[in-house]
Amino acid sequence: MNSVGEACTDLKREYDQCFNRWFAEKFLKGDRSGDPCTETFRKYQGCVQKAIREKDIPIDGVDFMGPNKDKPET
Amino acid sequence: MVKYFCNNTDIRSTWDHVVSAFWQRYPNPFRRLLTKTNRLPRWAERLFPTGMSRLVYIIEDSIVDPVNRSLTTYTWNLNHTTLMSVEERCIFQDSVEQPAATKLKREAWISSNVYGFSRPIQEFGLARFKSNQVKAMKGLDYALSNLQGETPQRLLRDTVKDASEKAKEAAKSLASAATVPKKPQQYV
Repeated sequence: MNSVGEACTDLKREYDQCFNRWFAEKFLKGDRSGDPCTETFRKYQGCVQKAIREKDIPIDGVDFMGPNKDKPET
Repeated sequence: MVKYFCNNTDIRSTWDHVVSAFWQRYPNPFRRLLTKTNRLPRWAERLFPTGMSRLVYIIEDSIVDPVNRSLTTYTWNLNHTTLMSVEERCIFQDSVEQPAATKLKREAWISSNVYGFSRPIQEFGLARFKSNQVKAMKGLDYALSNLQGETPQRLLRDTVKDASEKAKEAAKSLASAATVPKKPQQYV
């Protein structure tokens, strides 16, 4: 799948490969010893943030888990 | 007034597999583009002022708790929120009743703030959300089957063949599909 910024697709692929391997082999098995993907993530994230700014995607001030503060069941 | 939806389902894979597959569910032959397969009824089309962008930006946040074995995802649209706001929360956990299975609780909150039309818009949103439920799972099933290397239990051969024709067309316009990529937040 392509990235939201076309130029970032290769960086995305590189990061995705690192993440998926680390996630299944380390993280889920309780190994929190380190994050081998910090560098690839940093590069990928930088590219994406630039693309988001350029495309005017309204992401400013959006909180993590957004409106889901204390979601009641109606 | 908000429309609330809730559904529980079981996935016949372990929580570890489901969570690993979750990040790999795109691309899949079942993914749908708003413009392609989700045609709006005429009355809804008229609610879009001319010149207003039809692109919807959707963000997904997630929390993986590897100790308690729980994945919570939260997805919502960033724009067009006055017209319709859809928030979805999914919680994946080990199934209590079935071994080696995962229970998924999906909830949605649908609201609209268009003067005089909020009720029909919300009803429409809820109906559309319900009908998309099955499709929504197919992407995850697809990723699970790829991970596990077996024929997915819920896929029909015909559906896959037909869907991949659509996927070829969809791939061309995927660059403009407004999905913000994941930013996994790992809480230890």
